[in-house]
Amino acid sequence: MASGYDRALSVFSPDGHVFQVEYALEAVKRGTCAVGVKGKDIVVLGCEKRSAMKLQDTRITPSKIGLIDTHVCLAFAGLNADARILIDKARLEAQSHRLTVEDPVTIEYITKYVAGVQQRYTQSGGVRPFGISTLIIGFDKGETEPKLYQTEPSGIYSAWKANAIGRSSKTVREFLERNHKDDMDREATISLTVKSLLEVVQTGAKNIEIAIMAPGKTIEMLPAEQIEQYVKTIEAEKQEEQAKKKPGRGGPAGAASLPSRPVTEQEGSTGV
Amino acid sequence: MEVLLGITGKDFVIVAASKAAMRGASILKSNDDKTRPLNKHNLLAFSGEAGDTIQFTEYIQANIALYSMRNETDLGPSAVASFIRSELAKSLRSRKPYNVNLLLGGVDPISREPSLYWLDYLASSAKLPYAAHGYAQYYCLSILDKHHHPDISFDQGMRILRMCTDELQRRLPIDFKGMTVKVVKKDGIQEVEYDTSKQVLSA
Repeated sequence: MASGYDRALSVFSPDGHVFQVEYALEAVKRGTCAVGVKGKDIVVLGCEKRSAMKLQDTRITPSKIGLIDTHVCLAFAGLNADARILIDKARLEAQSHRLTVEDPVTIEYITKYVAGVQQRYTQSGGVRPFGISTLIIGFDKGETEPKLYQTEPSGIYSAWKANAIGRSSKTVREFLERNHKDDMDREATISLTVKSLLEVVQTGAKNIEIAIMAPGKTIEMLPAEQIEQYVKTIEAEKQEEQAKKKPGRGGPAGAASLPSRPVTEQEGSTGV
Repeated sequence: MEVLLGITGKDFVIVAASKAAMRGASILKSNDDKTRPLNKHNLLAFSGEAGDTIQFTEYIQANIALYSMRNETDLGPSAVASFIRSELAKSLRSRKPYNVNLLLGGVDPISREPSLYWLDYLASSAKLPYAAHGYAQYYCLSILDKHHHPDISFDQGMRILRMCTDELQRRLPIDFKGMTVKVVKKDGIQEVEYDTSKQVLSA
């Protein structure tokens, strides 16, 4: 397929591509989906959980959402094993930063650090890039403005109001673009996160993980029952909308709403 | 002449440290806090050479925090004591060892058992029911020997601490500017009001 320019990492192809980095992005696309949404005064991470096998102990199987420090939280999409290493480096840096300057890291700083590590692994010999994208959320010390950043295998980082990475991230991002509003309260933010994940997670509540960060507080993992509740109300709303649409087919000003389910599902399955 | 005291009881550990920051014979500061929380259930009190104490305890604090982040669990007192001891032993055999003496008070988050560890710059570590560092040992250990009991209540513990500090105020040649007193219980570390303004007359 490629022409020998993907053998060594630090070699460009004649048209300026570094193939290994692009393959890493491919690994991200195959990873389970993760979503980050900023509200007025909280920020939420949502993750698609791979469905566990019957004998797997889900309580002690590591999650896709990890704490970097008490005030910073990270979710990733891509290779789990690569993520473990990257998260560990970030945790070490967070504590090291505290030790040297007596202040917790800012979200931007730790994002830049994570992206920096990822970049380093695209430019040195004998290594392979991290096959993960990350979403990093949290609050800077003493501030109430939520932060949401994304990093990529190439070492790019960017700030977002809401974003998705991983499998079918395009669908989810487009959904978020249509539905995200500034200054959402806690309920609306969590609800939007769950809703956007439901676009691509077929199995519903039991395959969703939600983490919430609030100023001055550490991570709050939403209990399964509560996620279930959000899913139920969302499904009910959807059904209601469906019912409203049916009789007035081609009727005037039928509230232009969510894209029809089949389209998204199709895209979801081809994305695998 | 820094004072460190530790007293365990039924469900608590009291850790007390003098408030005077000294250099030679002068007092530089009279509200110094010589304690540092390591995690929810572990408190470290330190004395020794001025720069070393802060540098070493901050290093320990950062490593304990890193452990908690990496493993999503807090270390118990015995594990923390072992870690500190190994760091002190490493330091002792380096070109310039840390000169730090420590008391570690902690409550095991699972068994809820309180414990107190006495550590010094030679990397000794001893689990004790009550302990002191520096000159305080000469004045307080006898009082503690007489009055301490493994299952004393918090109030009894504070009474024994009062006896100790009274004796120190009576006998130490300098004013150590009162004590910072903290208590570790099953639900965390709290500071305790402690007034030493009343004059204690010498015998």
